[in-house]
Amino acid sequence: MKIVVCIKQVPDTEAEIKWDIPKGVLKRDSIDTITNPFDEFALEEALLTRENHDGDIVAISMGPEKANDVLRNALALTVNEVYRLTDDAFAGSDTFGTASVLAAGIKKIGDADIIFCGKQSTDGSTGVVGAEIASILGYSPLTYVSKIRQIDAANKKIIVERVIEGGTEVVEAKLPAIVSVIKGINEPRLPNLMGIRKAAKVAIPEWNAGDLGVDKGKVGTAGSSTKVVEIAVPPPRGAGEILKGEIEDVANIVTDKLIDMKVIK
Amino acid sequence: MANDVWVYIEHKDGGIAPLSFELLGIGKTMANDLGSNVCAFVIGENVGDIAKEAFFYGASKVFVVEGEVFKGFRSEAYAKATTFLLDKYKPEVALFRATTQGTDVAAASAAQLGFGLCTDSIDLKVDGGQIKMTRAAFGGNYSVTVVNEKAKPQIVTVRPKAFAMPEKDTSKSGEVVKESFSVAEGDLNTKVLEFIKSAVAINLVEADIIVSGGRGLGSEDGFKIIKELADMLGAAVGASRAAVDSGWISQEQQVGQTGKTVKPKIYIACGISGAIQHLAGMRTADCIVAINKDPEAPIFKNATYGIVGDYKQVVPKLVEKFKIKLNK
Repeated sequence: MKIVVCIKQVPDTEAEIKWDIPKGVLKRDSIDTITNPFDEFALEEALLTRENHDGDIVAISMGPEKANDVLRNALALTVNEVYRLTDDAFAGSDTFGTASVLAAGIKKIGDADIIFCGKQSTDGSTGVVGAEIASILGYSPLTYVSKIRQIDAANKKIIVERVIEGGTEVVEAKLPAIVSVIKGINEPRLPNLMGIRKAAKVAIPEWNAGDLGVDKGKVGTAGSSTKVVEIAVPPPRGAGEILKGEIEDVANIVTDKLIDMKVIK
Repeated sequence: MANDVWVYIEHKDGGIAPLSFELLGIGKTMANDLGSNVCAFVIGENVGDIAKEAFFYGASKVFVVEGEVFKGFRSEAYAKATTFLLDKYKPEVALFRATTQGTDVAAASAAQLGFGLCTDSIDLKVDGGQIKMTRAAFGGNYSVTVVNEKAKPQIVTVRPKAFAMPEKDTSKSGEVVKESFSVAEGDLNTKVLEFIKSAVAINLVEADIIVSGGRGLGSEDGFKIIKELADMLGAAVGASRAAVDSGWISQEQQVGQTGKTVKPKIYIACGISGAIQHLAGMRTADCIVAINKDPEAPIFKNATYGIVGDYKQVVPKLVEKFKIKLNK
């Protein structure tokens, strides 16, 4: 089995975010980054799949040099190969641009059976790149996956559970499939010290637009159809009212206020 | 016709989610500003009644694709039918709810049409004929406004409850346009084998009222107290990541950056300190009531009403008061 996992570096969820407002892009170089938390579940699922079905895992990430950190983390977790998809022309890509570059990377790797990714990133939080990759490549789209029930590598089939409105769908799909996973599908493991040391020494190969056969006019700021025109800090919520006093009185006041909203029936 | 606003109507097996028609309200406002019409489109098997109901909420025309292959919800088949409709009629904009179903269909269709989309929009405006779409990014710490100059239709997913549900008027009707489009079973890569209905009674994303618990509940038993208040109010039960990670409640109930984004009218946070990741999921609630023992908890800076106290005393007291005042 050939397993591909798409991972992304995102700003640490505790970090202060800085924007290049005129350009409408994030100043990624000045921020502490981590592996997107949802992608950790994708990585773990790739490792579990390899343990059960043999094969190789290739991890890819689109991004500037800093993205090497998340690829090194994947190497420390024993993925077999990593590639960084990088080109100045990729900067400012919208979801379709990003999905197009990742799809080109997956095609270049070749013969992938399963592509794992996280449900969404914690920075842009668009949650559509997985579905877009599937659509571009014509692979089975399996989003919001909470469990892999069965993989039949010989017959190129997979059965998964996906959480949608109102319940869980059990879906059978042909391979290759894009599987985007939700939190809770597994418990991601941590790399060990030896893995980290080994990974630190690996030179990470890069693929640019030319290597990937990506038309520079169709990705990045140039090719994206969506354009950021304004970035703002939403107004803080109005200073709240702390209700002080005896519990009896406080409960009276707050229940009155809530009933007055005419939402409770 | 060319600059019409289209709204995707969500349903499953003919069962209409209560908020399926909510986007017809903002759709109508946008259509007025664009000097066009708001139309609905429905894909499925036997969806005639849903099409009719779309008129009650303001649709002036409803496009329908029906067939056995569309039975239940099948993201792949629905995306193909959506792509067909949008490519054929090229409306100005197509609105989808930012639910799992809406997002799946919108993303796959946008990619098939070859362009990007705006997801999880919380505000939509027509400004000089241009559509401005605002969304929250970085856990709601920033709002980003985007335009989509190259794509037609512009595809947008909209956060559930970001706009008011339009009034229902059962006297309205209009033209149903039936489109013949089908997908061969063999052309689909996926097949739904089974649907397991959720045990959770009220969906967080649809809920008007949510009572949530966090680490401060101290144990799984705390959710019994929370549930009593939720049941009294007809509310959904939510939770912070800490409570989910402690195994006290299912992941399905998590509100926040790695859980669900919700926009209820009332959000009652019990024993939740208010980490930015949690606030990201609920800070746009109309009214937030925070109950926490720690007066320094960050949740109080975001709460409409703050109560410093032990939820074990405060919540039962609220139940008692509501019981009397609501005659329950």
